Amino acid sequence: MIFIEDKQMVIPGDVLADKEYQSGRGTFKEDDKICSSLVGLVAVRDKKISVIPLQSKYIPKRGDVVIGEITDIRFSMWNLDINSPYSGILPASDVFGKEKRDLNKAFNVGDVLFLRVVDVDEVKKVKLGLKGRGLGKFRDGILIYITPTKVPRLIGKKGSMINMIKDETKCEVVVGQNGVVWVKGDPSMERVAEKVINMIEEQAHTSGLTDRVRNMLFELLGKEIPEKEEKPEATEEAADEEEENG
Amino acid sequence: MIKMGVTIIPEIIRESLNNLVKNGERPDDRSFDDYRDIYLETGVISKAEGSARIKIGKTQIMVGAKPQIGEPFSDTPNVGVLMTNSELIPMASPDFEPGPPDERSVELARVTDRCMREAGVIDLEKLCIIEGKKVWMIFLDLHIIDYDGNLMDAAVLGSMAALMDTKIPEAKVVDDEVVIDPEKKVPLPIKEKALMCTFAKIGGELIVDPSLEEEQVMDTRISIGMRADGSICAMQKGGIHPLNKDEILKAVERTGEITKKLMEHLPQNNQ
Amino acid sequence: MITIISNEILGKNSTSSKRADGRASDELRPFKIEAGVLQRADGSAYLELGGNKVIVAVYGPRELHIRRLMQPDRAVLRCRYNMAPFSVDDRKRPGPDRRSVEISKITSEALMPAVFLEKFPRSTIDVFIEVLEAEGGTRCAGITAASVALADAGVPMHDLVVACAAGKSEGEVVVDLSEVEDKNGEADVPVAIIPRTGEITLLQSDGNLTPEEFEKALNLAIDGCMKLSEAQKEAIIRRYGD
Repeated sequence: MIFIEDKQMVIPGDVLADKEYQSGRGTFKEDDKICSSLVGLVAVRDKKISVIPLQSKYIPKRGDVVIGEITDIRFSMWNLDINSPYSGILPASDVFGKEKRDLNKAFNVGDVLFLRVVDVDEVKKVKLGLKGRGLGKFRDGILIYITPTKVPRLIGKKGSMINMIKDETKCEVVVGQNGVVWVKGDPSMERVAEKVINMIEEQAHTSGLTDRVRNMLFELLGKEIPEKEEKPEATEEAADEEEENG
Repeated sequence: MIKMGVTIIPEIIRESLNNLVKNGERPDDRSFDDYRDIYLETGVISKAEGSARIKIGKTQIMVGAKPQIGEPFSDTPNVGVLMTNSELIPMASPDFEPGPPDERSVELARVTDRCMREAGVIDLEKLCIIEGKKVWMIFLDLHIIDYDGNLMDAAVLGSMAALMDTKIPEAKVVDDEVVIDPEKKVPLPIKEKALMCTFAKIGGELIVDPSLEEEQVMDTRISIGMRADGSICAMQKGGIHPLNKDEILKAVERTGEITKKLMEHLPQNNQ
Repeated sequence: MITIISNEILGKNSTSSKRADGRASDELRPFKIEAGVLQRADGSAYLELGGNKVIVAVYGPRELHIRRLMQPDRAVLRCRYNMAPFSVDDRKRPGPDRRSVEISKITSEALMPAVFLEKFPRSTIDVFIEVLEAEGGTRCAGITAASVALADAGVPMHDLVVACAAGKSEGEVVVDLSEVEDKNGEADVPVAIIPRTGEITLLQSDGNLTPEEFEKALNLAIDGCMKLSEAQKEAIIRRYGD
């Protein structure tokens, strides 16, 4: 038995289904029932029920790419704020190898970096690294903060949403899995991108978003809003969510 | 959305905001003399004799005024007392800590108090009940519940509105004893209106009503309290960078027009 | 948006009541709950119940900087119940007093059983309850609003804890004592429950009751909780509704 519909909004304590179903993310099992632990949208995949939260904090996971800000320089490492209950460290050895060098010659407090989560240990020490394509320090641009669980929505199916923003604003956009977004381009275009991204953050749980984002972009850019495309938007939207929730 | 729990401002944010302002723009498309949306409501707390809820943008303060009978200060035996207190409660910002008022909180209360007092907002002589013995003391409490920049102007606007909303019980003297009639309430004697206008210096420009985003990168700040007739009743410079004379005089000049518009948010009549 | 409920609409349905405001013995004061009322906080809620006005902010889970408080296997949940100086008839001196310290403690204990604290070891979840206006029953109002604020912040929970008091006033066992009833009353029993399971997470009793009266009060309080529980859910749904 299932008591809710796919994509329905639920809140903590809502009973979602009985024992025929499996308990996925954002749910818990109590007696023979699957219950929601979050405010979010239900995602039913085969016999597995999950709840995609509308609001959440970023919990670091090995392999994630995140945007962090240097908050302190220590003896052999930098401390970084990664928009999470757990701060991160970047060991000096990751940047200098075995060489002994002055840490603040490389990065200073207030610098913003694109990094990879290398390891999260049992005491929640988050080790970060810079090895990988595109990782390193950002120069110029602006930062926008969104709820981490809305990152897939911002990216869209195969990057459709983010690419539309990039194409229309001619900005570089980098999205950290911790919900921090870096945008660089013409200053007025940066602000357009910021407005659009904030709108996606607010309306991530609604349908027809791709359409509205396109209209908003065109309006802000002073372009004529094109006639509705032949392809029915609803199916594309559904496909978007399919991928994000999977 | 504002990043939580961070006091260090990313360098790139500082740069981009400075450049934006140098270009004559602001993050939320306001002009340099524009306030954010202002929402003001009075009489929101029935238990307080006067109250107001003020929102400037997302900054939100609850102001309550409560009268008590007390002794006047010995050097001013025939005038009532206005006491202003503010609390930056930890609800309002991830950076506010529980505990006794810190220096930011004390500055806010004292600047608000000076602005009201020096402008002569309340006719304090009328609050004297028995000279040298009994006067009304008005406690003005500022409860900051959401901090999104420019607390000063919100505090003064909210305080002004709360005082205009305040009604105190009628106090009579019978055989040298104070007799209070809680059924008969009279409005606080308001004889002047004063408001405050705060500028932040960013990218060499002075912009009015800084949002939190702007405050976090500003070099310095100047707040100017002005009465309805355009005279200055209080000023406070804050921040570690200096200002030059010209900048200050220009700010004063701009305050005249801006305050006039700000006054329109106050209730028209307090009687 | 905060609007003010006037107390005049109280007790329209029960003219025969002995209660000061004309309510039936099982009737709550008018109430409303709103979620997401603050900008800076991770989650927030506003609640009015009769003349009570309570606002709650939640921050977290966030980094805990005080090492001695840190729990290796779970988050700590800290509550701070505070009354605004203008919230009561005689101005309250700012800062914590013994009463607010005790209420803070039992509030965090009332909420903790419902929160999946084990998901966020070594962090803290901070709940700030501000009483803007008090008219009897603020601790329960604070707990009810706090659950909504926690849900709004995206904190995973088993359920939304909800609280309501019952007590004895003018010799009658009644729910949701008003300030007047509480001051002249014989007993006050605040109760918080996990509604889905019926488990009780807060229980106090102040005053004299026979065991029978206590049972009646407990049942009335639980009934009251269930009514408020619906309003909690609606508040969260409304926050995201179209």
